[in-house]
Amino acid sequence: MQKERLILDRTLPVLAIVLIILAAWYVGAFFMNAPFQRDLDRRANVTSTPMEFLQKTMAQPKPVLPAPHQVMQNLFENTVLRSLSSNRSLIYHSWVTLSSTLAGFAAGTLLGMLIAIGIVHVKVLDRSLMPWIIASQMVPILAVAPMVIVVLGAINITGLIPKAFISTYLSFFPVAVGMVKGLRSPELLQLDLMRTYNATAAQTFWKLRLPASIPFLFTSMKVAIAASLVGAIVGELPTGAVAGLGSKLLAGSYYSQTIDMWAALIAGSLLAAVLVTLVDILGRIVGRSMGGRPA
Amino acid sequence: MNENSVPVVSARKLGLTFETNDGPVHALSNVDLEVKRGDFVSFIGPSGCGKTTFLRVIADLERATAGEITVNGMTPEDARKSRSYGYVFQAPALYPWRTIEKNIALPLEIMGHSKAERQARIARTLDLVNLSGFGKKYPWQLSGGMQQRASIARALAFDADLLLMDEPFGALDEIVRDHLNEQLLKLWARTQKTICFVTHSIPEAVYLSTRIVVMSPRPGRVTDIIESTLPRERPLDIRETPEFLAIAHRVREGLRAGHSYEE
Repeated sequence: MQKERLILDRTLPVLAIVLIILAAWYVGAFFMNAPFQRDLDRRANVTSTPMEFLQKTMAQPKPVLPAPHQVMQNLFENTVLRSLSSNRSLIYHSWVTLSSTLAGFAAGTLLGMLIAIGIVHVKVLDRSLMPWIIASQMVPILAVAPMVIVVLGAINITGLIPKAFISTYLSFFPVAVGMVKGLRSPELLQLDLMRTYNATAAQTFWKLRLPASIPFLFTSMKVAIAASLVGAIVGELPTGAVAGLGSKLLAGSYYSQTIDMWAALIAGSLLAAVLVTLVDILGRIVGRSMGGRPA
Repeated sequence: MNENSVPVVSARKLGLTFETNDGPVHALSNVDLEVKRGDFVSFIGPSGCGKTTFLRVIADLERATAGEITVNGMTPEDARKSRSYGYVFQAPALYPWRTIEKNIALPLEIMGHSKAERQARIARTLDLVNLSGFGKKYPWQLSGGMQQRASIARALAFDADLLLMDEPFGALDEIVRDHLNEQLLKLWARTQKTICFVTHSIPEAVYLSTRIVVMSPRPGRVTDIIESTLPRERPLDIRETPEFLAIAHRVREGLRAGHSYEE
């Protein structure tokens, strides 16, 4: 009973959308690739039946828009069939991106939490820091990323750390904002109660503010980890990095390897989905252990 | 007996004015009151009469702007710092991530009691409010009345002699309220505590109290202090006796006299 409802309520709507997207994608692929195919046919003096023509638009080596099955085949070849040490393995490139994503996310979360604790407890920080934090996110990261990489590269810091730095830059913000909200979420009564016990600021923090902020923290961490991944990929784009999903995207665009690009894109999306889901599951486990009402 | 002669709460010419954008609001004005050890004092009056404010001044959650007040012979601040009172709010204000047990343990953790001591006190206070067996539950698993009882247990856990209660049963239905009033009287008899109790219900005030302080708004002031002639032992049906009704009548008169019908 439970299982049937899960399929009806959750899986079916998602599946329907997937099918619609796939259908639209195929139609798009046909119309985007048809002019080039017509050109090819004319030069080679071939006349193909409509069916043959349709098949050819879905089988070009460098299509304008690759068909879904081409992308899936590429994805399958470059993950399952390719050895992990190969330069073409998407698992290898994903791992390179993932490692700097996780490093940046960890640093960003920690930094965001520290900033939030400072803002909630020190009035001067509340006034002085918050505008800068918001301003920091107005800076277009695509413009900043190359500078960061170049400047750090000049002092011989290359590889993971500059990319992780960009991830940190993007991920500390949602954590800081969410955590400030969470640390300020206790009601007046709950705070008054602490006052009647003559509790110290540290006791109020550990026993009231911090536990109250946990749901807010996990919500912002979901945003932060997705932002971290974007940061890591953006960090790989402008610098001619040799590995990582970003470098795959860049190399693909240099050599018109559209199928490679789409495969890297899908790999990145899958990675993001997995990361956000993992944070979500962790949040649920923590929530349950803190007496949360089962949803 | 010397200790008993020190009033638990003593207020003289107490006043509190809030400065607001619309000008000063006189929440309390010229309040004179003594609460003796073992008293059950109710504060009753329409909203805005300063009954909750007065309780918060005793608890050092607000500061008086005029007059003097002592709690256990100290300033309210020193009394708060020496943890002289337990405070029960209008809402249970239980921490949702803590079980009932852990909620009761909260003040004990803050005050540095040992784990064994905490266990013993939790068991004892849960028994006092008839919640034994519910210690492992989370607040959301309990009814409103049970949650409020848990919050009373939390206020009792650290053995303060003074219990300050701010409309603790205001949000509960009348049947639950009757039941909790009866339990509260038993608890008061067993623990010998001094209780200051804010309410807007006349029967509740008369049923519970040894003294009833009638207050009126604008400015918040005391208009009448009624010594109850009811015996300490009070079954629920005492509320139908002529004596009870006479006191209730006097409270009602006091409320009417103090009320301004300007609006």
